Amino acid sequence: MSISLDTGVRFSLEIDGVATTAPAGATILDVCRAVGVDTPTLCYLETLTPVNVCRVCVVELEGARTLVPACSRVVEDGMKIRTDSERVRASRRMVLEFLASSVDVSLADDMQRQMKRYGAKPERFGAEARTVRQPVKVDNELYVRDYSKCILCYKCVEACGSDAQNTFAIATAGRGFDAHISTEFNVGLPDSACVYCGNCIGVCPTGALMFVSEHEMREAGTWDEARQTKTDTICGYCGVGCTLTVHAQDNEIVKVSSPADHDVTHGHLCIKGRFGWKFVGVKKRRSDG
Amino acid sequence: MFGAGGGTNSYQEVEDTDCIFLWGSNARETHPIFFHRVLKAVRRGAKLFVVDPRKTVTAQWADSWLAINVGADIALANAMANEIIRLGLEHREFIANATTGFEAYRACVQSYTPERAESITGIPAETIRAAARAFASSERAVICWTLGITEHHNATDNVLALINLALLTGHVGRYGSGLNPLRGQNNVQGGGDMGAIPDRLPGFQALSDDAARTKFDKAWGVTIPPERGWRLNEMFDAAERGELRTLYIVGENPAVSEADRHRAEAILKSLNHLVVQDITLTRTAEMAHVVLPASTGWCESEGTVTNSERRVQRVRKAVDPPGNARDDIDIVCDVARRLGHDLGSPTAQQLWDELRTLSPMHAGMSYARLEALDGLRWPCYDENHPGEQFLHARLWENPVRGPRAPFNVVEFEAPVDEITHEFPLLLTTGRRLDSFNSGVQTGQYTSPLRRGESLDLCPQDALRFGVRDGERVRVRSRRGSVEVPVRIDDTVRPGLAFMTFHFDVQTNMLTIEANDPKSGTAEFKATAVRIDKLEVGAATAGE
Amino acid sequence: MDLHHLTDEPTAEERAAVDALLGPYLENGVSGREARSQRHLLLPALHAVADRVGWVSRGALGYICRRLTVPPADAFGVVSFYDLLSTEPLPPLTVRICDDVACMAAGCDALIGDVEKRFGPEGASNSGAAWLRSPCLGLCEQAPAALLTSAGVKPRVAALAPAALASIEAALANSAEAALGNSAGIDVDEPCSLPQAGEPQLRLLRRIGRGDPLDLDAYRGAGGYGALSRAFDLGPDGVIREILASKLIGRGGAAFPTGRKWEAVAREPEHPHYVVCNADESEPGTFKDRVLMEEDPFAVIEAMTIAAFAVGSEQGYIYIRGEYGRARERIVAAIAAARAAGLLGADVMKRGLRFDIEVRRGAGAYICGEETALFNSIEGFRGEPRNKPPFPVRKGLFGKPTVVNNVETLVNVLDIVTNGGATYAAIGTPDAAGTKLFCVSGHVAQPGLYEVTFGTTLRALLDRAGGVRGGAALQAVLVGGAAGAFVLPDELDAPLTFAGMREVKAALGSGVVIVFDQSVDLAAIVRRIARFFRHESCGQCVPCRIGTVRQEESLDRLALAHGAGVDDEMRLLHEIGQVMRDASICGLGQTASSAVESALAKLPVFGAGRSA
Repeated sequence: MSISLDTGVRFSLEIDGVATTAPAGATILDVCRAVGVDTPTLCYLETLTPVNVCRVCVVELEGARTLVPACSRVVEDGMKIRTDSERVRASRRMVLEFLASSVDVSLADDMQRQMKRYGAKPERFGAEARTVRQPVKVDNELYVRDYSKCILCYKCVEACGSDAQNTFAIATAGRGFDAHISTEFNVGLPDSACVYCGNCIGVCPTGALMFVSEHEMREAGTWDEARQTKTDTICGYCGVGCTLTVHAQDNEIVKVSSPADHDVTHGHLCIKGRFGWKFVGVKKRRSDG
Repeated sequence: MFGAGGGTNSYQEVEDTDCIFLWGSNARETHPIFFHRVLKAVRRGAKLFVVDPRKTVTAQWADSWLAINVGADIALANAMANEIIRLGLEHREFIANATTGFEAYRACVQSYTPERAESITGIPAETIRAAARAFASSERAVICWTLGITEHHNATDNVLALINLALLTGHVGRYGSGLNPLRGQNNVQGGGDMGAIPDRLPGFQALSDDAARTKFDKAWGVTIPPERGWRLNEMFDAAERGELRTLYIVGENPAVSEADRHRAEAILKSLNHLVVQDITLTRTAEMAHVVLPASTGWCESEGTVTNSERRVQRVRKAVDPPGNARDDIDIVCDVARRLGHDLGSPTAQQLWDELRTLSPMHAGMSYARLEALDGLRWPCYDENHPGEQFLHARLWENPVRGPRAPFNVVEFEAPVDEITHEFPLLLTTGRRLDSFNSGVQTGQYTSPLRRGESLDLCPQDALRFGVRDGERVRVRSRRGSVEVPVRIDDTVRPGLAFMTFHFDVQTNMLTIEANDPKSGTAEFKATAVRIDKLEVGAATAGE
Repeated sequence: MDLHHLTDEPTAEERAAVDALLGPYLENGVSGREARSQRHLLLPALHAVADRVGWVSRGALGYICRRLTVPPADAFGVVSFYDLLSTEPLPPLTVRICDDVACMAAGCDALIGDVEKRFGPEGASNSGAAWLRSPCLGLCEQAPAALLTSAGVKPRVAALAPAALASIEAALANSAEAALGNSAGIDVDEPCSLPQAGEPQLRLLRRIGRGDPLDLDAYRGAGGYGALSRAFDLGPDGVIREILASKLIGRGGAAFPTGRKWEAVAREPEHPHYVVCNADESEPGTFKDRVLMEEDPFAVIEAMTIAAFAVGSEQGYIYIRGEYGRARERIVAAIAAARAAGLLGADVMKRGLRFDIEVRRGAGAYICGEETALFNSIEGFRGEPRNKPPFPVRKGLFGKPTVVNNVETLVNVLDIVTNGGATYAAIGTPDAAGTKLFCVSGHVAQPGLYEVTFGTTLRALLDRAGGVRGGAALQAVLVGGAAGAFVLPDELDAPLTFAGMREVKAALGSGVVIVFDQSVDLAAIVRRIARFFRHESCGQCVPCRIGTVRQEESLDRLALAHGAGVDDEMRLLHEIGQVMRDASICGLGQTASSAVESALAKLPVFGAGRSA
């Protein structure tokens, strides 16, 4: 969510002993980023309302009984914040270990980096630790849902819901460890409200939600990001002017996304922009050419 | 609008406004990402009014759905003006300072009482009154429209009726207030910007303006004739008369997309020489004498497009075009060379930079700035100019700089294709979320949402015509007929049917080439049809 | 909204149940924001269907969604959040048998064994009835407890306590007969256990046990509504001054000064303001609010009305836990009576105050006792707590300034307003003013609800309850419930104050005192507590969602571990506890390790005190 930071008021605060200032309305995370403090986040995304559920961004705020989430705690004058105390490190490490011990995070690149940074050892909860392992859901031609990889960051629910698409095809169902992302009565996507905008996939940080095209290439072992180019261009359909990032591998489009920081899309697209590129590579064009 | 043809507001303003009219626009399906902005506004508290004959998914979000009879838009707009004036909610200061022709307008709308409009539009008078009050009394208000306004024989009058409403209430030239056509294709706006209009040079400079023409003459080393050219519909008319014998079509599929398809095909077939430059072998290309395979604009070539908020944006080459397909610029320059004109081998950027020297409103838009700023909105006069967020702020200066904005008296006229006992249903057309126009591009991906073409009827009409959901029927207009399955759909109302033109069913066999004299757009939105059952001995409406 | 609805149709019964709540279905009803504003009726509508047919089918959920303009996926998320609502077929009759801490001490395992033998496995339908395990039902003083729910035209939620196989069989038979119209229905005697009834020093409990709690005239005759009358004389500022002066502290467990809450809401410029009574009492071992609502409902209503007057609110909500059938019935009846007597409504006591109260019913979720989860539940969302700040006094129910008080806290308000804050502050100790209700259960001679002055020692309270049953030796006392801590026999002289309990590394919480004699397997009790939190975690934040699972797994391993393995598990448990305490969103996660850590530190069964 963009917060209007322009009230003119600036607060003085201290981060890891260094004095700094921040505009009223900024979050601790905003300040951390502004001063270059690497703060891990999983459920946070600039374009979505902070749900502060993953708790990996917690910091120590002087005078507070518990740690506070940097992503959603708004700064106040005189705050003294520690982002690298043993208490903070322990919490972050545990959160990463909790997740990695329950969820397949093999495709969550940023999380892997943070796990290394905090020395997370998810295996210490034992081989019998409960996980969310389950079969992959393939029920339509465009999406694959592999909830074994879901860390329940709520981003897809927010993108499908009131933060962007307002389609509400998915929500969190169940409770506690059984909480999961689901359609109504767990019906397949074709029976649900899904309009295949792909915005849930666009915000998924762990690869739990994936385009069929990518999933199939990964299964076949041909997906190779090192060989891919990413080119920003404008969608060829309606006149809204959405920026598309075209991911191409060996001169073939393999995926389309949109930059989260783009003013027109905020990273969101519709089914046409997201999937309507197949014609570019169809044989008919080749042979006639 | 008042000079340059473009929406007056940025998308951000739509998010920040207090009252939104989506008029003849099913933005939820046709401009989904723009509709995200509308939803943000709605969630913030803005009121949403949707004017549409169908209870579209867009209308389902509305605080008030104005279920209008097809083609009755002017009656509605004038009745809203009538109510606004009756309540004294017109912006007198703005009218006095920035407009002309108010008295004639007032006299015209006097007869459009909400009660009279109810009988024309089918919208209850009270609903019209409430909409008028909300529009006039909101601090900020925008009207956005799409083809529901422009695909009519009186399209320009429809637009003028909306402009009148904005002038009446001062809802133009301010942040969050204005008039915005949502463009149906990714570069409709850019085509206009570049002068692909019969009476305009790039940058909306009038062809009739000697100084402007001389500037281009000098730059291009030619003498540009001062007479306006033909619109597409005029070209077709000329071809029919035998005056136009050669046609070079770039990236259009008129064989499918033109109204009254029988006629369009006949005209294309009658040409001496038809050249089609396109990215795939379209139906039109199949009829061509020469086909020039082109690269895809948005991913196989470099250049710019302009979106519905006047933002010029860069398109970039992500993949090489297949086989012999070539960039449009290269093809055009090669054709020119064969015709004896060496235009060189300019890059897209070189062409753009030339444009910047000729079109003042684009002058400040260097490629570097377009890249760095994610595009710029015109007008952008120099490299320090941020680009205008909204247009016509000058109308709020006192005295007004430049010409005042005129009210235009416009009267309601019914659609051309008459509903009769023989053709008792009104067929309107539109798009679906997952498909685009004639389906050349979108037909190539598998959409779980796609159900193919259908004739959408409300349950009452299905009963009336004795047809079942899924039953194939023949839909017949005064011009042609097509076979299509029926779909029972309660978003259409009694007397109204709906089809798209995304699929193999040739919907435009039915539609009428009744063109707006000012814009040349055909009345795709209103065709009188009837339903013929296919089974022998069917109960109703035989041959 | 362009909602995509399920195609399943509701049955005539389901439709009738929903229509009875929402009125007849109109094809072209409301639209736009008006349509979207009905979501707060979601939980009542789900209850209406479950009350009628026992569970929520696709057809029923779809119909509710169409009626209320709620996305089906969202509604499914809501219905699947609550224990008392099922999206799987359930027979119209169910018996929920408590297997929580206090009932364990009362031998619920044996009862469950008997029930299983008689009726088959948990959840299986047996001639129109099924039994289920349940967390604490709030009937701890009459343990072991069970709860009977019967769906139908006249739905009923009734307590069976103390429960035995015979009484369960009888109640089921009786209910089945009632469903067939052959009898008037179940009539279960629900005695309330007030060993102090009638004692002269009682303040909060002084009206209880003295006649019909629903007799408004009797309530007024005993001084009822005198406090509201006095509040009108004091004016809103005056009332808040008295509450501040009284040093009243919230009794729900968080111990926040009530006057400061009221003052903050009264000052908020944004309106409307709401008054919410948190009657979602679900902390295992707690039953005080149930007794207050059942036995003194007008006191709760009068106190809410005073709060509304003080903070400028026209609408109050009382959110009563779903398991409390009788409390709800009585509160509903008392509200109706108060309304009829002009004590609620457009002009309360003809003093110009407009205020009314709506009763909302929980559906089986401990977390909804957390104030912001409670708001979400009322608003028709999943009962997931919100991040704080902003606090409810600024952004509470429906995003508006809200006073939320526990039932017991509110009842204290009456005496404060009547006698003045200073008088109240003089009772108890300097850091803890007034009296406090304690829910004493487990192995004591006289379990029940006790009111004592702050500062009374735990030993004195236990003595008042007759000491350990049968004169047996005390093993430990669980103070504060599942979120609380163990107190050992040598710590009984600690005074029952916030500070006094801190001294023995415990907390008063909601006033739970569960007494265990030597017969109890405390390790099993601790594992039950861990299971409780795992089951009740809303699942929103990682530390709690996964931490409660890992904590339970670790305790299970610990039970089998020896040597170095024990130390490893203990270390792991401490780490798990720390991240839950430090990084969870709400109090549930932050206290989910309290009892476990207390047990590890104190209980001999975990090796504590062996030798340091």
